[in-house]
Amino acid sequence: MSVDMRTFLAHVELVNPITTAAGCASSGRELAQFFDLHRLGALTTRSITMAPRAGRPTPRMAETPSGMLNAVGLQGPGIEAFLERELPWLAQRGIKTIVSIGGGTVAEYSELARRLADAPGVTALEVNLSCPNMEDRGRVFAREGSAAAEVIASVRSIMRYDVPVIAKLAPDVADIVAVARACVDAGADALSMINNPLGMAIDTETLRPSLAAVTGGLSGPAILPLAVRCVWQVHAALPGVPLIGMGGVMTGRDAFQLVLAGACVVGVGTALFHDPYACLRIERELEDLLRARGLQRLADAVGLAHRPPGSARRHLLVDTEESTT
Amino acid sequence: MQVTGTVLTTRRVDAYHALTVVAPGIAERFRPGHFVSVAVGGAYTSMVTRRAFSIHDVKSDYGGTVELVFTAGGRGTAWLAERRARDTLDLVGPLGRPFPLPRDPVHCVLVGSEYGSAVLFPLADALLARGCRVDFVLGGAGAERVFGAMRARRIAETTTLTTEDGSLGLRGKVTDALPSVIADTRADAVYACGPMETLRAVTAVAMEFDIPVQVAVEEQMACGIGVCMTCVIPVIGDDGATRMVRACAEGPVFRGERVRFEDVGTIPFDALGAPGGGARHVS
Repeated sequence: MSVDMRTFLAHVELVNPITTAAGCASSGRELAQFFDLHRLGALTTRSITMAPRAGRPTPRMAETPSGMLNAVGLQGPGIEAFLERELPWLAQRGIKTIVSIGGGTVAEYSELARRLADAPGVTALEVNLSCPNMEDRGRVFAREGSAAAEVIASVRSIMRYDVPVIAKLAPDVADIVAVARACVDAGADALSMINNPLGMAIDTETLRPSLAAVTGGLSGPAILPLAVRCVWQVHAALPGVPLIGMGGVMTGRDAFQLVLAGACVVGVGTALFHDPYACLRIERELEDLLRARGLQRLADAVGLAHRPPGSARRHLLVDTEESTT
Repeated sequence: MQVTGTVLTTRRVDAYHALTVVAPGIAERFRPGHFVSVAVGGAYTSMVTRRAFSIHDVKSDYGGTVELVFTAGGRGTAWLAERRARDTLDLVGPLGRPFPLPRDPVHCVLVGSEYGSAVLFPLADALLARGCRVDFVLGGAGAERVFGAMRARRIAETTTLTTEDGSLGLRGKVTDALPSVIADTRADAVYACGPMETLRAVTAVAMEFDIPVQVAVEEQMACGIGVCMTCVIPVIGDDGATRMVRACAEGPVFRGERVRFEDVGTIPFDALGAPGGGARHVS
């Protein structure tokens, strides 16, 4: 028996639920040396900014127990070079591409959306809301529903109607459900969570912070429980909204947890640093787990953990194929 | 490519550990300067980043073996130092851009500091195969930390050793001995590997003599394949613009004079995309 691994991100069908997490697969070429990118559900690019960015000074990375801290600072060539070289490379190969964008102002996000609106090959747009808001003393957009909603509303109004806009949420907030709801109300077609929570490590040899940027995003298996909690809470509050779950997924079992919590797509990030083939392995392991539990379709498992204790196994969720109105 | 390699032999070489691993696919594609990344800690490891190692030796036995040299410094390398014959290791490689080799049989000086010297031996073999003259300058803090002195003496025209405590060869650093070696051998090119500070000094000497210098940098990496963007250093491109480039994908071998050693660990103000708008900032 083969398991139907197809999933829907808003109205876009993906062959399987595994995508790369933003910033963990660059623009795809590096991973293409290892496997055929068509075997991914979708490839998520690093966050693209308007101008080229040199990023943060080094050291940018510190390994921590079951995870790592990073402070790369969105290094990248800017939208111009992305549209000229990187996106066409993906588009020509027909690779489903989720383009991640990052900006410092609402106007910058809007301009990025404008540049991407007519570009061929954009399957969906993921808005990285964990960027400092230049107009709000550098506090990140994702920390407040109204700031996040302003960005999403603007980007949604500019992007073509058939390109889903995904809001990427940060876990460093008092109430992630409130931010999620604000984004959905502003027009987000899907939500992805979680971005890296902020962490810090201190080098006991140099007696200084390990990272040049002092603080950095924590990723890896250490944050999986945080991701499962966020997906669970948001799915419970907004059961009809497609969720991309990510944060510390290293195995198919980790991905399965996020699916059971309510994610219909699972992002793989730090695992790619450890194992370039992680996406394929996780997809295979997830399929095996579904099969072993008698689930014939991935869609049947999405949010399954929300059913009340003791209730019979049944499909609580509406078929996603019917729920994308 | 990814290979599950089997450890063939382990040995101690002075202050260092050396592991020979059967890794056919990697061995046959190897060129001098390539490196491999190793997953450490076993199947359920809490260490999520890979460790990058240069390759000291490649042999065709058992379908192809590679030898890695390292010091047991952190938790990851300590785990690696405990591997025994027949254990398996997850390797990805060969990675990075190898050393460019001269077309003509020229005179080359190979400079290595501590275990950075390891990467120079396959390079020496390749240079000798092209009829080049090879001279070594190897150094370390003490006698037991000078790597590969015996092998260097066997294959090179001359081998100059330096130690900071004077326990072997000349007292001082490799760069103290380098100018006279370049002058004596009438060297046409310099190849170097070691810590950033050594590479900076080697590059300065080579530029004084106006000869090309190729350096292999040792930067901290998380992935080794070019996706994590943590191993960047400021390097001047063909167009004269400074970019933050990945030591793993664009390197680890660079032309010495192109690396802005004084600015490693910073974002130079004139780098492409530097905060506040660099000289070549595209707006």
